[in-house]
Amino acid sequence: MSDASTSAKGDLQLRNITKTYGDFTAVDDLTLTIPEGSFFALLGPSGCGKTTTLRMIAGLEEPTTGTIHVGSTDITDMKPYRRPVNTVFQNYALFPHLSIFENVAFGLRRRGIKDVKEQVDKVLQLVELPHLAERKPTQLSGGQQQRIAVARAIVNRPALLLLDEPLGALDLKLRRQMQIELKWIQTEVGLTFVHVTHDQEEAMTMADTIAVMNEGRIEQMGTPADLYDNPKTAFVANFLGQSNLIKGNVIATDGDSHTVDLFGQKVKVNKNRSVARDSSILFGIRPEKIRIQENSHTNSGCVLEGGTIVDVSYIGVSTQYQVEMPWGQELMVFEQNDDGIPPLAKGDSVKLSWEPVFSFGLNGHEDASAGSEVNPTEDE
Amino acid sequence: MVAIARKSSSANPLDSLRQKVAMPYLLLLPGMLWLLVFFLAPILTLVSTSTKVPGMGIGEFVQQYRWANYWDAISTMHTQFIRTFVYAVIATLLALAISYPLAYAIAFKSGRWKNVLLVLVVAPFFCSFILRTIAWRQILAQDGLVFKTLHSLHLISADTRLTSSAFAVVTGLAYNFLPFMTLPLYASLERIDPRTMEASGDLYANGLTTFRKVTLPLSMPGVVAGTLLTFIPAAGDFVNAQILGNPSTTMIGNVINAQYLQTSNYPLAATLSFILMLAILVIVMIYIRKSGTDELV
Amino acid sequence: MKKFTRWFSKNLIRIYAVMGFTYLFIPILYTFVFSFNDYVRSNLVWRGFTFNNWTDPCAPLDICPALGNSIKIGLMATFGATILGTLIAFALARYAFRGRGIVNTLIFLPMATPELVLGASLLTMFLNLGFNPGFWTIVIAHIMFCISFVVVTVKARIASLDPRLEQAAMDLYANEAETFRRVTLPLVAPGIAGGALLAFSLSFDDFIITNFNSGTTITFPLYVYTHAERGLPAQANVIGVSMFLLALIVVLAGQFVGRKRKVSA
Repeated sequence: MSDASTSAKGDLQLRNITKTYGDFTAVDDLTLTIPEGSFFALLGPSGCGKTTTLRMIAGLEEPTTGTIHVGSTDITDMKPYRRPVNTVFQNYALFPHLSIFENVAFGLRRRGIKDVKEQVDKVLQLVELPHLAERKPTQLSGGQQQRIAVARAIVNRPALLLLDEPLGALDLKLRRQMQIELKWIQTEVGLTFVHVTHDQEEAMTMADTIAVMNEGRIEQMGTPADLYDNPKTAFVANFLGQSNLIKGNVIATDGDSHTVDLFGQKVKVNKNRSVARDSSILFGIRPEKIRIQENSHTNSGCVLEGGTIVDVSYIGVSTQYQVEMPWGQELMVFEQNDDGIPPLAKGDSVKLSWEPVFSFGLNGHEDASAGSEVNPTEDE
Repeated sequence: MVAIARKSSSANPLDSLRQKVAMPYLLLLPGMLWLLVFFLAPILTLVSTSTKVPGMGIGEFVQQYRWANYWDAISTMHTQFIRTFVYAVIATLLALAISYPLAYAIAFKSGRWKNVLLVLVVAPFFCSFILRTIAWRQILAQDGLVFKTLHSLHLISADTRLTSSAFAVVTGLAYNFLPFMTLPLYASLERIDPRTMEASGDLYANGLTTFRKVTLPLSMPGVVAGTLLTFIPAAGDFVNAQILGNPSTTMIGNVINAQYLQTSNYPLAATLSFILMLAILVIVMIYIRKSGTDELV
Repeated sequence: MKKFTRWFSKNLIRIYAVMGFTYLFIPILYTFVFSFNDYVRSNLVWRGFTFNNWTDPCAPLDICPALGNSIKIGLMATFGATILGTLIAFALARYAFRGRGIVNTLIFLPMATPELVLGASLLTMFLNLGFNPGFWTIVIAHIMFCISFVVVTVKARIASLDPRLEQAAMDLYANEAETFRRVTLPLVAPGIAGGALLAFSLSFDDFIITNFNSGTTITFPLYVYTHAERGLPAQANVIGVSMFLLALIVVLAGQFVGRKRKVSA
């Protein structure tokens, strides 16, 4: 309501934010800068602390320690209604007793703006629902409610727009459509969006920058391509897409690549794509980067031999193979069905090869299954 | 919206904290005070009066802490007490038998008319309680239609009395508290997901078994609430016994009423009242603990 | 014949419900019919049809003053009980505080105590303190026993309110007072209205507690009771049926309004 705070602009800075409930730590010493005007995603499984972080930015929860700044304004102690921040809630939270028009106008009216019609009409045009202005929320479909929730928030031109898994309740097709629309709105209006989601595809589609969270901490932050191609922890490698992680030892380094011993076979990884701290390394290569061939073929690049196919899944676009290696581990290979050659069969002996530039190295002491779906995630 | 204020930069950090903690007590104060003064205090007065004995003058009572009053009351009035509880139990069971299928029909078989039917269940009770009871007396009277019809069908003899009988009192009690039984039953049944009943059928249970093993257990909270809400007022009632009964159907309510308003024997009346209240409370507590209903309010 | 038995067992519950509703309405019907009776002193025997009772409902002495008392008491008790009860409901539903168990018990006890005991104990206290029972003691007693019902009704409504709606309001620049005024209160209002209606019905139709605490004041139920032996004028039936119809219309209208709000696109 005080104009000074609602006009605060700038980057969002979280410094050493911690949130504890009794002896449970939901958010653990989080430090983060979100540049003004970007589309930022907080990605992670249920219970990782992403929603708690969002609510602290909105002012709906208080951090146990730490500070939150928008530009140079410290908003840590501010009540939600004083912050230049608006939220799109997971279940939309539209006021059932008010019309759509009044829902959207709510924030404007509370700030004392008398003539709201023009702004409300404009934002309803933006979400393509001007004809619903006089209806009540219960009369709208899920997708429509979601768009009104967005309209209600952005009409206030906040410094920061927070979205708490807003697409969770929509069916697949609608969700895809909304992902594109939200991204378009963000670039069109120029606000900073902070989007919380557990759907990695959604985050990668929409965000400029993603922070992957796990157990209250940020595992890694970067552009979608960054995180996908160059994961720095097992959790990120498994949570975004799928990875083959093989335990090995660095036995030599020459120039800018390490030579790694994997159960007797040798492969290479670039030094600047490895975060291993000692000779113990978790060697990573993504399934779609691997070529799978019968033993008789000759290959270039890195090669692993002695694989036996134990499962074949034909998906249409691709064929997915589970290959058992001599040391007992099953690796995944995804092959595009783009060459008309029929897929290999269960029981076939195969060789796996890939370009060394695609491999990455992780800390060998980590749990190789962290972040993969096979592991049950934490309780909420 | 529970929040304890953090250390804030405002003038006195304790102010906002104090405000937040005081709020619920401020909200509670007027109502609680009213109940303390006009409910709790009178009950205590009741206990205190119950131990008084007649004094020198007429209508005068002296406090002597005569706890034997309680024994006297029970020994003289035990018939009425027992009769009261018997009537109340029968009436409650009767009300349950009548209401359960009714609530079931409204919850599962009424479609669009659900809300209208609910209103219709409660509607008769907007017409004065006493008028309705008197109406029953007239309807069941010796020269009334019901009696004449049943008599002509040789279902009852000319001597049978429908009114001024225990039968009339009990059915009157059951009738008068029907919405208190029906509404909680309905609320409970309504919460049952009909698909659990379908699943039961899918797993080889016939209609009756489904009812016994699925519907009935799931509706137990409603049954508990409904039987309590019926039993309690039924046990304390005296109007039904007065209008529909005869001297041999006197309930403890009639006795207490008479002692207060006619005989003015306040200690006896107070003693009987307190015994009644205690007995009901004990039964309620046992009942609830056995059926495990947590939040009563 | 087989078709009939099948139809019968399938619709058993429905048939039973119809019978049940009929049973519920028999006394109402009887009262309604006899409100047209051309009675002399008591309304026990049917003598003839007349509209007189309806056109002249206040003809018997005392009946309209009694009705007036019931309405006045009802309105005052509703007002008091609704305010006190709503405050308590908010405290219970929205705040954590020590002594919650005691509060819950004190709210529950009046509902678990027979009206007989409530009325008698209050009378005893009034007499001990030297207050003569009358109009105001009735009002006091009615507020007392209605509070619990208001609390239960309003509390249920508050509990069903999504807390995120209030969070959304604060997120949209409404402070605590504005949030309460513009979001919480409008959404809880139907519950408060329901509680008020319940309080009024309980107060209007109350006999036992009123009987103990009325002194010389007559309310409508009291009037009916005292005249039941000597001869009840048909106008009592008229008033009874009118209150029934009035209440029916109010509640059905409320349902209808509520349903209109929820019409889906």
